[in-house]
Amino acid sequence: MIRLVAWFFAAAAWAQQSVPPLTAQVVDQTGTLTTEQKAALERKLREFELRKGAQIAVLMVPSTAPEPIEQYSLRVVEQWKLGRKKVDDGALLIVAKNDRALRIEVGYGLEGALNDATAKRIVSDIIAPRFRDGDFFGGVSAGVDAMMGVIEGEPLPAPKKAAPSEGGNVGQALPVLLILALVAGGLLRATLGRFLGGAVTGGMVGALAWLLVGTLAVALFAGVIAFLFTLLGGGRGYGYYGGFPGGFGGGGFSSSGGFSGGGGSFGGGGASGRW
Amino acid sequence: MRGFGMAVAALCTLLLSGCGYNQLQSRDEQVKAAWSEVLNQYQRRADLVPNLVNTVKGFAQQEKDVFTQVTAARSRVGSIQATPELVDNPEAFARFQAAQRELGGALSRLLAVAESYPQLKSDANFRDLQAQLEGTENRIAVARNRYIRAVQEYNVTVRSFPSNLTAMVFGFKPKPNFTVENEQEIAKPPRVDFGAKGK
Repeated sequence: MIRLVAWFFAAAAWAQQSVPPLTAQVVDQTGTLTTEQKAALERKLREFELRKGAQIAVLMVPSTAPEPIEQYSLRVVEQWKLGRKKVDDGALLIVAKNDRALRIEVGYGLEGALNDATAKRIVSDIIAPRFRDGDFFGGVSAGVDAMMGVIEGEPLPAPKKAAPSEGGNVGQALPVLLILALVAGGLLRATLGRFLGGAVTGGMVGALAWLLVGTLAVALFAGVIAFLFTLLGGGRGYGYYGGFPGGFGGGGFSSSGGFSGGGGSFGGGGASGRW
Repeated sequence: MRGFGMAVAALCTLLLSGCGYNQLQSRDEQVKAAWSEVLNQYQRRADLVPNLVNTVKGFAQQEKDVFTQVTAARSRVGSIQATPELVDNPEAFARFQAAQRELGGALSRLLAVAESYPQLKSDANFRDLQAQLEGTENRIAVARNRYIRAVQEYNVTVRSFPSNLTAMVFGFKPKPNFTVENEQEIAKPPRVDFGAKGK
């Protein structure tokens, strides 16, 4: 029995390579690139994102076995969500070094510019020959340049002025606001009374939402909800609310220094190749 | 006090999850969207066929059998009315699957033929078309996987309590999914495999 369970675990571990966390524009798990090379690539990609809005990332892994690179790469982009939400302007250059395979995975929004044929040409005419000579940095760098060059010609919505990774969307701010409304609302209601407590909580939450999200309508909405919550929330239920904050903890904010995907989606477009 | 709290919690759960009607609706819609994407990608593949056949013909005139096979398979695919309602008819669904599988097989034979014509293989036009076909096959695989997942979610909702009662009342039925044998054959893009990986 134990052996069976162990076998299952082994099988599960063997079945799929895990997707590494997205820590920077370039994730190298093979130790091929030097720190300077990695930094140079990242700078290039960051500048491109600031200028054009599209997100390109590079991932180097030892192997994707037992999955083919296409399957693994799709799992990576489904988790990383490169590109802006709804614009879907993300692309991934993935290299499986020991498999001698590489792929350019293209988000929905870039399939027009970086179409399969173009991606294939970049893979087999620009990157693969350099990899064959053992020049991995040169191949990745030239490949990324070519991808950027192609995407440059595509009319995309202008990037937001603020740094895109500061987590300025409603989804990330919501849990924090909710907890704030619950805790502060409970406290204020106890000290100031139902209506006044509710009004103060509503104002606070509204102001904070405005700061975090930057949309007045959302802020007003959040404020009103918080007000109603505090006004109508039963005194009896307070004991339940008390248990909440521990569970949610650190909220949903990503640290501003890192790199994270913008919520773009992928449908399997792109091209693979070998060297 | 404690009992009352539990009752409130239970009531809230019921109110929030409800009878599953909305969930059924949204799952059903999800399945439809996923299916449209599958159709979309199959259509894309079918659209590539004439160009591909003409390009290969330019270099390998004598391979008539393959051309007729591909063209016949394509017209069979085209003759099946691929409406979203197809999903609710298991028999038509199976026929559609068979036709698509046939086209996939014919296309991989066409590419296999191309392997023996070095001039064709190095032709830029052919290489572009081949890349597009590979990309499309991959997109089909992705769309199919997403469809499978959507149907799975839908079917679980239709069969589990209490939403199964709602499903019965409103006539939501479990939907057919891609079968596993098909999966093995079709989801595999027509390409040379990556070395000796026996598993």
